[in-house]
Amino acid sequence: MSTQYDLIVIGSGPGGYVTAIRATQLGLKTAIVEREALGGICLNWGCIPTKALLRSAEVLYLAKHAKDFGLVIDKADFDLEAVVKRSRGVANQLSNGVKFLMKKNKIDVLEGTARLEKGAPAPKVIVKGKDGKDTSYQSRHVILATGARARDIPQAGLVADGKLVWTYREAMTPDVMPKRLLVIGSGAIGIEFASFYNELGAETTVVEVMDRILPVEDEEISKHAEKEFKKQGMKILTGTQVGNLKPGKNTVTAEITGKDGKKETQEFDRIILAVGIVGNVENLGLEALGAKIEKTHVVVDGFGKTGVPGLYAIGDLTGPPWLAHKASHEGVMCVEAIAGKGHGEKFDPWNVPGCTYSHPQVASVGLTEKAAKEKGYDIKVGRFPFIGNGKAIALGAPDGFVKTVFDKKTGELLGAHMVGAEVTELIQGYVIARQGELTEQDLAHTVFPHPTLSEMMHESVLDAEGRVLHI
Amino acid sequence: MSINITMPALSPTMEEGTLSKWLVKEGDTISSGDVIAEIETDKATMEVEAVDEGTVAKLLVAAGTEGVKVNAVIAVLAEEGEDPSAVEAPEAKAAPEPAKEAKKESSEDTPKSEQSTPKSDIVMAKSDKVGGSQDKKELATTPLPSANTADGRIKASPLARRIADMKGIDLSSISGTGPRGRIIKRDVENAKPGAAPAAASAAAPKPDGLILPQVLDDRVYAPDSYELKPLDGMRKTVARRLTESFMQVPHFPLNVDLNIDRLLASRSAINAAAEKGIKISVNDMLIKAAALALMDEPDCNASYTDKGIAYHKHANVSVAVAIDGGLITPVIFKAEEKGLSEISKEMKDLAERARDRKLKPQEYTGGTFSISNLGMFGIKSFASIINPPEGMILSVGAGEKRAVVNAKGNVEAATIMTVTLTCDHRVIGGAEGAKWLQAFKRYVETPEAMLL
Repeated sequence: MSTQYDLIVIGSGPGGYVTAIRATQLGLKTAIVEREALGGICLNWGCIPTKALLRSAEVLYLAKHAKDFGLVIDKADFDLEAVVKRSRGVANQLSNGVKFLMKKNKIDVLEGTARLEKGAPAPKVIVKGKDGKDTSYQSRHVILATGARARDIPQAGLVADGKLVWTYREAMTPDVMPKRLLVIGSGAIGIEFASFYNELGAETTVVEVMDRILPVEDEEISKHAEKEFKKQGMKILTGTQVGNLKPGKNTVTAEITGKDGKKETQEFDRIILAVGIVGNVENLGLEALGAKIEKTHVVVDGFGKTGVPGLYAIGDLTGPPWLAHKASHEGVMCVEAIAGKGHGEKFDPWNVPGCTYSHPQVASVGLTEKAAKEKGYDIKVGRFPFIGNGKAIALGAPDGFVKTVFDKKTGELLGAHMVGAEVTELIQGYVIARQGELTEQDLAHTVFPHPTLSEMMHESVLDAEGRVLHI
Repeated sequence: MSINITMPALSPTMEEGTLSKWLVKEGDTISSGDVIAEIETDKATMEVEAVDEGTVAKLLVAAGTEGVKVNAVIAVLAEEGEDPSAVEAPEAKAAPEPAKEAKKESSEDTPKSEQSTPKSDIVMAKSDKVGGSQDKKELATTPLPSANTADGRIKASPLARRIADMKGIDLSSISGTGPRGRIIKRDVENAKPGAAPAAASAAAPKPDGLILPQVLDDRVYAPDSYELKPLDGMRKTVARRLTESFMQVPHFPLNVDLNIDRLLASRSAINAAAEKGIKISVNDMLIKAAALALMDEPDCNASYTDKGIAYHKHANVSVAVAIDGGLITPVIFKAEEKGLSEISKEMKDLAERARDRKLKPQEYTGGTFSISNLGMFGIKSFASIINPPEGMILSVGAGEKRAVVNAKGNVEAATIMTVTLTCDHRVIGGAEGAKWLQAFKRYVETPEAMLL
C-alpha cells in the first residue's frame, strides 16, 4: 500500500484525462494510469491523426481542382511518407499537450497496466510498471476509462493480421499505397479511411452488410453520401457480405457474397477491417469484483456507477455511442457526481452528435426521420440544399443538404442531419438547440450570419415550417 | 384569393375562447359589418363582425368548440367571383401554427405571426377596446410565490413551456430538474395536468388549481352518482378570481344596521313624480349613496398594488348580478356624477344584457367598489368576497320590520336593513371602513343629503 488518492482513473484517452482534470478542479487528489501514450487511441491512433490524414487528402483534392478556382498547379501529387509523418507529428504534439495538462493539474501519471483487486472503500488498483513490478494503490474512487479496440469476427474469417489485413492502426501508418483496397464496414471509421485512400488514388471498394452505408445516419443522408462517393470513383457494395480473408504473400483474397447470393472471390492489396469495436474489459479483474459486463461493455447507470462500491466506468468501455466527446462528457458528469457537484442530470445519449470527416462530411444529432416515426412522433421535416447557399457556392462545394426533423405537436427538434462541406463544424448549433430544448420557433427567430454555411441550418428549420426563403 | 377569418382577441389578455354559435352557414354571402358568430370568453358572449365581404366557403371550427386559440383560422371566405367550393381550407400544417404563436404573443402586442395566409385579422370584435380593465394575467401571476425562483421568474425551456401550455400545466406548480433547477421537457412530461384531460382546455392557471382537490375520487363518489357539467369560461374565471381573492386578500367585515324607512318614503315620492317608465329601486339608491360615501371618504376608494395604493378619482360601482351559470359585476361608472334615473336606466340595461351574456369586457371590468344584494332572498346579513383589485364590497341584506328602541327609549317598529362591508385590510383600516359606513348610513337614513 503506497499513496492514498481520492481518485484513480484508468486510461488516459479523452474520457480519462478530461475526467482527471475535472477531478482536480473539484479538489480530488487524482492519479491516472496509462499503459501506452497519454491521450489514448483518440489522440494517438484515432480521431486526431485521421483528421490530419484527411486534411492532406482534402488539400490534394483542392490542388487537383485548382483550375476550378482559377489557380494553376502543374501537378498535384503526394508523398505518402510525408503525409503519415505529418499525421504522427500532430498526434505527438497533442499527446505532449496532455502530458503538460497532467503536470499543470498535478495529476500523477502512473505508467503501466492496471488491474483491480477487492478493496475498500474502492477496489485496489495494481499497476504493473514497465519494469514488470507491481505497485498497489488505494483510492476512494476508481473510474475505468480503458476504451475499446477494433473488432475481429473470426467465425466469418475476418481477422486482422496487421500486414495485409489492417485495423485502423496500420491503416493510419501505411508504408505503401495499396492499388486495390477493400474496406469492410461503412461506419464512420471505414468511410473515413475509404475516403482518404480513394482520394490518394487507391482503387477503393467499400462493403457493407446493411442495405446502405453509414447505417446509423438518416436514410437520405446515406443515399446522398453514397452518390457522392461513387462520383469520386469509389465502389460501394451494400447488402453484401465478406468473409474468408486469405492473406497470400503480397495480396489478400476475400470471398464476397452479393445481394443476389452469388459468391465471388476477389483479390486486393490491402484490406481494412472496420466492423465495429469491442470494449477493453479483459484482464482488469472485473469479473472477480462482480461488475456486470454485457457484450464486452461494462453496464453502468446514468452516472457511470457499476454497482461495485467505488468503481465507475465511462466512455467506449460502456454503452454507445462510442465517441470521444461522449466519453469526456460522461467522465465529467461521473466525477462531478462523485464530488457532489453534479446537477443531477443523467447522460442523454440522444444529445450526442456524431461526425464523419469523409469528403463529403456527415454530421447528425438526435433521431433520424425513420426512428422518429417509429417512436410514434407526428413529424414535420425541413430540408435545405447546399446549392441554395451563397457561401457553399463561393466555396465551390454545392453538394449536400441539411435536414431537420421536428415534433409537429410540440416543435421539439427531434433530430438534425447534414451532409456536405464543413457540416461537422455546424452540427453543434443543433446540439445546443436540443440541449436547451429550443423549439422550431426559437430557431426560426434566431439570426444566422450571412454569408455562412450555417444559414442552411436556419433555412432547413424554415422549410419545416413551410416558409423556406432561398429555394 | 380566399380570406381567412381568424379568432379575434376580444380583450388584450384573451388567449382563447369558446366559439359558441355560428350565425352564418357555408354558402352564405356576407358583407362587412355582418355579425357572423358569437364567442364566449371569460365572462361574456360577444358578437363577431365580418370586416370583409364574400361568400362563406368553409366553417372550420364547429359551434360549441372550447379553447379556440386567438388568431386560429375559424372560417374561410371566398371573395367575389371566386368559387366557394374550390376554396381550400388552410393546410392542416399551417392552421395550428398561428394559434400557437398567437397564444404566446397575444398579450404582448408583438408582431403578428407571418404564418397566416393572405389576409388575416380581418375580423374584429364589435368591442375591441377594453376600458380600464385589470389585466387578469397580472393578477394571476404576480402575487403567487413561484416555486422556481425567488424573483418570481420561472426558468423553463421553450419546449417545456410549450408542452406545459398544451397540457394545461401551471409551470409554477412544478419544480425543474434541469441545470440550476430549470424546468425541462422531462419535468412537464412527468407532471400531471389538472383535472381536465390535456385536450380540454389549456387555460393557463386552472381555476381551482391552487390547493383544492380537483377530482372526485371514484371510490367515494361513484361517477354515476352525479352529473359533471364542464366548466365554461365564466365559471372558470369566477372560480379563479374568487379563490385568488379569498387566499391573497386579507378580508375583514364590518356591519351596521340601517333604518330605511325614510329611504323607502323618498323612493315612493320619487317614483310617483318620475316620468313614465322610470322606476327607481332601493338598490339604485344604495348605489348612489355608496358612490357619494366613496367621495366623502376617498381613502376607501382604493386598490392595493405592488407599487403603491391606487386612490381612484371616481366611484365606479360594480353591481353583482347573479346569472345562469355564474356571476357577473357590471359597472356603473362615475356613479357619483349620475342621477338616480340615469343609474336606474343603466342598471336595467346592464342587468338584462348580463343575463344574456352580452356584456362587453369594458362593461364588467374597471370597478372600484362592489355592491352585492341578497335582500330579495330574505338574507339578513352576509359577508362577500372582495372583487380584486377593488378595496371593498358591500353586502346588502333584506330590509325588514324590526323592533327598535328609539331615541326616547321606547320600542317601535322600523324597517331595518343590515349591511356588511368587507374590506381589504392592506388598504383600508377598521377606522376608515367604519367612517365610510357612517357616511353611507347618513345618505341612506337621510336620503335628502344625496341631493346636496
